[in-house]
Amino acid sequence: MTNRSLGSLSDSTQLHDPLEVIGQDREALIQQLGMMLRIRQSERFLANGRRDGVIGGPVHLGIGQEAVATGVASALRKTDRVFGGHRSHAHVLSMGGSVYRLFAEVLARETGMSRGMGGSMHLWDQPNGFYGAVPIVAGTVPLAVGAGLASTLQGTHDIGVAYLGDGAMEEGVVHESLNLARMLKVPVLFVVENNLFASHMHNSLRQPSEIMSRFALANDIEHFVVDGNDVVKVSQAAAVMVRRLRSGHGPGFIEAVTFRWFGHVDWREDIDVGVHRSADEVSEWRKRDPVSRLYRGLCKAGWFDEGRMNQLEEKISSEVKQAWESALGDGPPSIEAITGYVYGAHAK
Amino acid sequence: MSDVRHNYGTAMLEGFEYLLTNYPEVFIIGQGLWSPWYVGNSMTDLDKKFGAHRVIDTPISEAASTGAAVGAALAGMKPIVVHPRMDFMLYAMDAIVNQAAKWSSMVGGQAAPGVTIRGIINRGGEQGAQHSQALHAWFAHVPGLRVVMPATVADARDLLIASVLSGDPVLYIDDRWLYSQEDDLPPIEEFALSEIEPQILRTGGDVTIVASSYSTKLALEAADSLQVQGIEAEVIDLRVLNPFQPRNIVKSVNRTGRLLVVDGGWAPCGMAGEVIASVTERIEPCVLKRSPVRVSLPFASAPTSKLLEQAYYPTAELIVQKAKGLLK
Repeated sequence: MTNRSLGSLSDSTQLHDPLEVIGQDREALIQQLGMMLRIRQSERFLANGRRDGVIGGPVHLGIGQEAVATGVASALRKTDRVFGGHRSHAHVLSMGGSVYRLFAEVLARETGMSRGMGGSMHLWDQPNGFYGAVPIVAGTVPLAVGAGLASTLQGTHDIGVAYLGDGAMEEGVVHESLNLARMLKVPVLFVVENNLFASHMHNSLRQPSEIMSRFALANDIEHFVVDGNDVVKVSQAAAVMVRRLRSGHGPGFIEAVTFRWFGHVDWREDIDVGVHRSADEVSEWRKRDPVSRLYRGLCKAGWFDEGRMNQLEEKISSEVKQAWESALGDGPPSIEAITGYVYGAHAK
Repeated sequence: MSDVRHNYGTAMLEGFEYLLTNYPEVFIIGQGLWSPWYVGNSMTDLDKKFGAHRVIDTPISEAASTGAAVGAALAGMKPIVVHPRMDFMLYAMDAIVNQAAKWSSMVGGQAAPGVTIRGIINRGGEQGAQHSQALHAWFAHVPGLRVVMPATVADARDLLIASVLSGDPVLYIDDRWLYSQEDDLPPIEEFALSEIEPQILRTGGDVTIVASSYSTKLALEAADSLQVQGIEAEVIDLRVLNPFQPRNIVKSVNRTGRLLVVDGGWAPCGMAGEVIASVTERIEPCVLKRSPVRVSLPFASAPTSKLLEQAYYPTAELIVQKAKGLLK
């Protein structure tokens, strides 16, 4: 192997500049800014709720990674079939999922996305195209392949989407899934959020190369490697890939290089337990903030200003705060729910 | 299609044809589907009749193929995954146990993968430890899965259809040692899998013999021998191991007072133990005239040598001997 490095994409001191937005759709970008803010503010509530003990179970936060889901979702429709993993709040919200129902789920309320049976790690919002997220690493990757295969058999042009991380690339089933999808020409998009860490371990301690798309190459699958903190680049890559998939060209693969500001789980930064994760490194990565880079790019183009940003932030803040309060007021699932869903409701 | 002589394999084939003809959501995925080498006469020419896009022979990827079937089921299809040997299916445990079995519970019953996973028990012939296992008990342990083991020619077809239409993840386990069984079949009828109970295949008042799959065939042979010796055995075929419904067996044991369970798996934490526990929990202690007995594999991996194989697998003679022990 000749190249083992992602170059500037994984160099925390690079790519801090405002995004280049000229030539893009201004309103769409402002929408995306709003979505990223919504995701971030929601996750801040989850971080605090967890810290304060209001949330009983683990939350895997993706603050810093909002541009990936926001960019990918901009190319999707609600009849697509999206699957996620343990860190999927952004994935479900980016498809149009309700912040209130996400909160209710994480708070184990009956009104939650999974009727209070899933918590943060088992999210379901199929009416919005989010088929499900579960925490077995790579567990949903073959499921997304199957959902894409189903779409072909059903004669639709909908696609399967599998969100996975660089850690998941170490699971055997991912390699089976890539090969199977390629051989059956399945319309499935593999989106690898390469945030350089799997739990506490840096990439360099786990793999001989930090480039995840080498596995797409090995399986003859079309792929892009993009700055995952640049929502414009992610959106462009997703648009090209999704168009290709819908016209029957088989699977696609996007590697989006990004970084999570928090640790593997909950609200801490994990600079003490992470291997190769220093306070300096985290602070450099915060300068590659996907929200700030888009905001500054929009300002630089004269399309946006501080006043409008404050307005937008306030609007989203109040919306998210209200969602949190409503969810807190809801009740838990009934005790009967323990055995009530073991076999399907429509079982014959 | 009806009232013709079938064997266990062609009965399954008729089930597959019925499903593929009547349900466009049905497709089959797995290894060896385009070759009789792997699936005997149970899937002959399905790919030619229904197209290779609906009868998909895959790369050597049990985990991804099974996971893909689960995902396709969530997207509205009724997939059937085929594992020509249950031993290789172990690569797919995550898709079966973590994903399919738990999906409905994890999402509050809003979605459930109606996927049928066919695991074939293919043993004997000096194939040894990794080509012979009968691991039905593992799956009977897991809530959310249904486990089906047809013993009769009719069930080979009818339980396949019921499994695929059930809407839940089902392990459909067939044994190649049953493929030569023959019977006449009535026209196809659709049954609700959740209503299928253990079936009394032979009535008798002296001893209740419970079995499943190939063990049921042995139990029926044993019952013939026992009858010649003046002992009337009632033979009950489990059919559905999960969720297990012991009602018919409890009734029978209340009459006979003697329970013998034959299982093609190992004894510890196995299906035979589950049957005995479920029955004894539901009867008065005084009902039992003797302690229940189980006949299962020796607690060892399958050997290769023909001679050792003959000693390893339970026989009708062994069942006769154990049943007579219960009547002493």
